[in-house]
Amino acid sequence: MAVPVDTTPLLELKGITKRFPGVLALSNVSFSVGRAEVVALIGENGAGKSTLMKTLGGVHQPDEGEIFFDGKKVTISKVADAIALGIGFVHQELNVLDNLDVAANVFMGREPLVGGPLRLVNQRRMWTESETYLKRLGLAISPTKLLNELSIAQQQMVEIAKALSQNARVIIMDEPTSSLTLSETDRLLATIKDLRASGVSVIYISHRLGEIEQIADRAVALRDGRNAGELARGQIKHENMVALMVGRKLEDLFVKGKGPQERGYFQVEGLRTAYRPHHRIGFDVAKGEILGFAGLVGAGRSEMAQAIFGVEPPLEGTVRLGGQELKIRNSREAIDAGIYLVPEDRRHTGLITSMTIRENITMPGLKRYSPGMLISRAREEEVSKREVAALRVKTPSIETRAMNLSGGNQQKVVLGKWLSLEPKLIIFDEPTRGIDVGAKAEIYRLMRELADRGVAIIMVSSDMEEVLGVSDRIAVMHEGDITGILPRDQFSEKAIMSLATGRKAP
Amino acid sequence: MKKELGITILLVVLCVIVAVLNPRFLGASNVTNMARLIGMYGIFSIGMGLVIITSGIDLSVGSVFALQGVILAIMLREWNLPWPMAVLAVIIGVILLGILHGWFIAYIRMQPFIVTLCGLLFYRGLARFVANDETKGFGSSGFELLRHLATGSIGPVPMPFVLLIIVGIVSYVVLHRSVFGRYLYAVGRNEDAARYSGINSRMIILSTYAVEMLLVAIAGILIAFYTNSISPANHGQSYELYAIAAAVLGGCSLRGGEGSIIGIIIGTALLQVLQNLVNLLGIPSSLNFAVMGAVIFLGVLVDQLSGQRKKKQQVLARAPAPTTPTPAAPTQAAR
Repeated sequence: MAVPVDTTPLLELKGITKRFPGVLALSNVSFSVGRAEVVALIGENGAGKSTLMKTLGGVHQPDEGEIFFDGKKVTISKVADAIALGIGFVHQELNVLDNLDVAANVFMGREPLVGGPLRLVNQRRMWTESETYLKRLGLAISPTKLLNELSIAQQQMVEIAKALSQNARVIIMDEPTSSLTLSETDRLLATIKDLRASGVSVIYISHRLGEIEQIADRAVALRDGRNAGELARGQIKHENMVALMVGRKLEDLFVKGKGPQERGYFQVEGLRTAYRPHHRIGFDVAKGEILGFAGLVGAGRSEMAQAIFGVEPPLEGTVRLGGQELKIRNSREAIDAGIYLVPEDRRHTGLITSMTIRENITMPGLKRYSPGMLISRAREEEVSKREVAALRVKTPSIETRAMNLSGGNQQKVVLGKWLSLEPKLIIFDEPTRGIDVGAKAEIYRLMRELADRGVAIIMVSSDMEEVLGVSDRIAVMHEGDITGILPRDQFSEKAIMSLATGRKAP
Repeated sequence: MKKELGITILLVVLCVIVAVLNPRFLGASNVTNMARLIGMYGIFSIGMGLVIITSGIDLSVGSVFALQGVILAIMLREWNLPWPMAVLAVIIGVILLGILHGWFIAYIRMQPFIVTLCGLLFYRGLARFVANDETKGFGSSGFELLRHLATGSIGPVPMPFVLLIIVGIVSYVVLHRSVFGRYLYAVGRNEDAARYSGINSRMIILSTYAVEMLLVAIAGILIAFYTNSISPANHGQSYELYAIAAAVLGGCSLRGGEGSIIGIIIGTALLQVLQNLVNLLGIPSSLNFAVMGAVIFLGVLVDQLSGQRKKKQQVLARAPAPTTPTPAAPTQAAR
């Protein structure tokens, strides 16, 4: 554990206030980071975490307040100032150039030169130096590897290596694990511990409270742009954090439902996907049941979902819904059969973010609202208003563009697309990724309501808490196979992990 | 709507300036002639606009004009085919080219720029070969109906302009009111999300290239009879660039998913006024392209700058609202 030698904090923000036209984004916020300390910054979306971090990164300038680094008052007016001070950023959406190699990414903008008027890059030095940083992070990859050949986790390590190469003394990690697998998450957490041991501080922003319990020395909560309290190492517990973030006790996040109604309603047999052509999977889902799919990223869960939904049609396999065999060759046929997918990447595949809520909601069923192939604006408005109200989407109007909504509300709009039709089976792929606690609870409640109405639900999730809390049964995948399907009385993190790493069910 | 307004103002301002400097601008023959050209250019520019909305492009238009022109002339004058048959054959043939382009682009996933660039070269070469590099024409009489469509008028309104109005209304309804139009915008902006909503994006793209070529075929016949002689080496040369310029001036984004029929028509009109301006104001005709290039550039530049300012205001307006429960705080937007 960290033993701060010097007691003055490495970084201290005092009374930071930031106004945007019409709104107060941060109000008198104080925040500090000790030497070799891991501080978690928690809060719901919109609480001001990113704005606060952007004042550190030189993106925003605070209207009031002071920033001290190493005991000295500093002004961070541009990104380069932050880098010069030793503040490194690892963004949620990675800022890598995936067409270039590792060394080029690590040294982007600060390439060592051979000298001379041509400003030739000293390639050799870039390789050897980036190799040292990679080694320090325990990453056995060549610095000449192209970024697009690396996994997301490895790309993130490259970003950390870049921060280290800039002599970062504090590294800000914004939702670093949101697209990592469980084992990759563990590796990242171990890396953070190593960083701390070597004297680097980390500001860790995450919605995954379990990770914060494991790693943080201190947790600072923001709520509505204000300090909402702080937890010391011993107090960092799930309930305490949620209480600080939402300012109230959250009613049970997970709702119990009526449970399965009609076994074998949806059946899959011998499904082969182009992604893993040598593996076949089979399972069934009852009406009213939520079947969780756990496993490591890359186990083939999303590919299975895409195959059932027909966007990447399966090579082979039988799919039955309500006893009827379906041949699904494209997503249109799946939709016509009542099979819908709420995809993993809602900004890219779930929604057309530049279009309005109305246009997004009516997209899959547009022909129904278009007598003679001409769109009836009145019916569109009726349908989208109904869904927006039913799902309680927080928006000024149905003509708001999807890009202007928060993650949780975007996800509700994706759901609205499908609920406006007649769902029989809905596949949720990572339904709450990047969504704050309050909105999560609502999504879970909606899933349960749908199940109780007789919809069969498949939920692919890498969030252990979610899989255990929401599912009626859990199927675990490992490298293209289903290694086991657990009934509720056998639910445990350990059982899932051992199946996810390839041990067959006993 | 904003975009159309800006370019309409630009159009009106230009017209006023030219009219003041040279009153002949408003003379009956000048206006009629301009309307005729706007009609012909507008029809294929609408086609180009549709393609650009799918985030595609078509560089082959000018060469297709040459190819269809010489073939039409040969069929009518050398083979003496009945004109309805020849016209139908040309229209179907050109639509097939569109289907071919669309198929390579949507199903084989080749880049529109490359596919149609090869088309530009290939059809031009083919036109010259078929015509033996000789100028083809329709003679001085016969084919009165076709001639009338290109050079005639209804009252004071030239026929091509009438046709543009008809084509414009139909494509307005298709693009702005029909399911196909909505899908076109969806596919152009985010093809993956469209596919995940059950839209057959490939068929939409292919159909768009086919529709575009239908419009190219119609415009091509008008242009052929308007010029009445088709020299295969330069008939229709760089017309695709006029169409692209008109569509972009009219608010189409080369990134796809943006644009409107009204904008494209006004864009076309603006280009013709510019041409006319060079003639009427006594600007050396060698500067023709330079003037057009400069005005198009300025138009798009102003639009871009005002777009950026608007975006900035939007970001600021989306600033975090800790005191109100609006859903769109910037921290979320930034995520």
